[in-house]
Amino acid sequence: VSMDENAIIERRAAITGVGQSDIGRRLFRDPLELTLDACLAAIDHAGLTVEDIDGLSTYPGGAMAGQPGFSGAGAYEVIDALRLKVGWYGSGIETSGQLGSVINACLAVAAGLATHVLCFRSVWEGTAQGDKGRAGVTMGGGGGSFKASGYTEYTLPFSAPSAAIWIAMFAQRHFHQYGITREQLAWIPLNARRNAELNPKAIYRDPMSFDDYMSVRMITTPFCLYDCDVPCDGATAVIVSRRDRAKDMPNAPLRVEAVGSRLDGRPSWDQFEDLSTMANRAAGKQIWTRTDYTPADVQMAQLYDGFSWITMSWLEALGLCGLGESGSFIEGGANIARDGRLPLNTHGGQLSAGRLHGYGFLHEGATQMWGQAGDRQIATPPEVGVVAAGGGNTCGCLLLVRE
Amino acid sequence: MTDTEVPFRILPKLNDQNRDFWTGGERGELRFWRCQDCGYYIHPPLPMCPRCHSKHMKTEAVSGRATVATFSVNFQPWMPGPELPYVVGIVEIVEQPAVRLMTNIVNCPIDDVKIGMPVRVVFEHHPDPDGDVYLPLFEPEVGAA
Repeated sequence: VSMDENAIIERRAAITGVGQSDIGRRLFRDPLELTLDACLAAIDHAGLTVEDIDGLSTYPGGAMAGQPGFSGAGAYEVIDALRLKVGWYGSGIETSGQLGSVINACLAVAAGLATHVLCFRSVWEGTAQGDKGRAGVTMGGGGGSFKASGYTEYTLPFSAPSAAIWIAMFAQRHFHQYGITREQLAWIPLNARRNAELNPKAIYRDPMSFDDYMSVRMITTPFCLYDCDVPCDGATAVIVSRRDRAKDMPNAPLRVEAVGSRLDGRPSWDQFEDLSTMANRAAGKQIWTRTDYTPADVQMAQLYDGFSWITMSWLEALGLCGLGESGSFIEGGANIARDGRLPLNTHGGQLSAGRLHGYGFLHEGATQMWGQAGDRQIATPPEVGVVAAGGGNTCGCLLLVRE
Repeated sequence: MTDTEVPFRILPKLNDQNRDFWTGGERGELRFWRCQDCGYYIHPPLPMCPRCHSKHMKTEAVSGRATVATFSVNFQPWMPGPELPYVVGIVEIVEQPAVRLMTNIVNCPIDDVKIGMPVRVVFEHHPDPDGDVYLPLFEPEVGAA
């Protein structure tokens, strides 16, 4: 693998600002309004004006607007609402996880198609679900004459409508191979809750004990209620800038040192070759082929927790602990606490801070690296951090270095 | 299992590609597309063999024997259907373990379901005006250790 600086073109990009709307379990507000709130906050945070934005990237985009609450706004809606003129734009769900949209933005600025790309992710799943819970959005419409097609053809007939079940089966296989237990898994949600207690925007902030975790109802083994993230309403935006134009901006540029986007297995929840791993095994390995940094240099990790086990999977995929060793690594919580050797999901993750779907981790990682995280700030703002999002066949990650 | 005991299921939309898979149970057969040039079983269906790119394919019955690759016991009432708790599993067919099926493990105490367990297909018949469907479920293989 070439270590030629010119070959690693994502390094020409930097994160220069972040923004977030109000976050709530159910806000009953126009999701486009929330999206624009986040976008304007990020533009302002980067010291820019709307006129400076000449690129736009989002996940999953307006084509997914039919899935309740999953896409708060599409690319065209935001381009129109902000009257943007863009040298490059794009959206889509068939990419390396939610951060695939940020990776695309890095490549666009590296190619010179844009200077400052506005990236966003907007959800309103809390309001969309109303009082029906997840069943309201997982049955494909339901009804006696409804017939399953596409991927759901192989899931709905077996009463397996939820990603919770599909990912629980990965976790079960992983636990079986390496002797990992629920008592170890517990430390992902417990750590998240401890951090959320200090995050004023988190959804769930009441303390959670180990006994609370072990006694709550099971959902789909090995997952209990607290292993599942909490649907919410809210939008997150991030500015990706050309690094050579970022030097005099208000926040120290966070260089995109390397990205991981590789997929090396069948893109399927059931046909993936090794069910103890996910697509992150390839993305996590790829990132270290594109940099001289190593996992030992990472001072903070913000790793997707749509379901708690996914974070364990990312820890192993990124080499932040050994294969099959994530259970012992997180057990007791000391390693992953804010004052531990690898502070993890310091905002509370999606488990406690809300399912902002990937972008919440990037927002938190950047905020910590800039020393702007308030009561939950890691004592020494990290210089090197890793952010990862996605699960199953859709996974992507970023290695960020503060300049 | 008689028809009157069959739980509510969302059924698959049948088409020319998937019909043999979802209806083979009428004859007690679990059927997959198979490349007639290289012998590879293809699932879900594709317009050509993903291994040798031949378009010379037809459906063939397999033994119905499989191994539990992983599973999850469900306590959440996700949708109308089976009684709680129920087991969703992924099984690997013995002829080609890379062919997996998401399914339910049935006729087995919940606590006895194990990864690596040998299972065999059992079909759940669903009469339907658009064409009867026979869902391939799996139960412990009799006589297996």
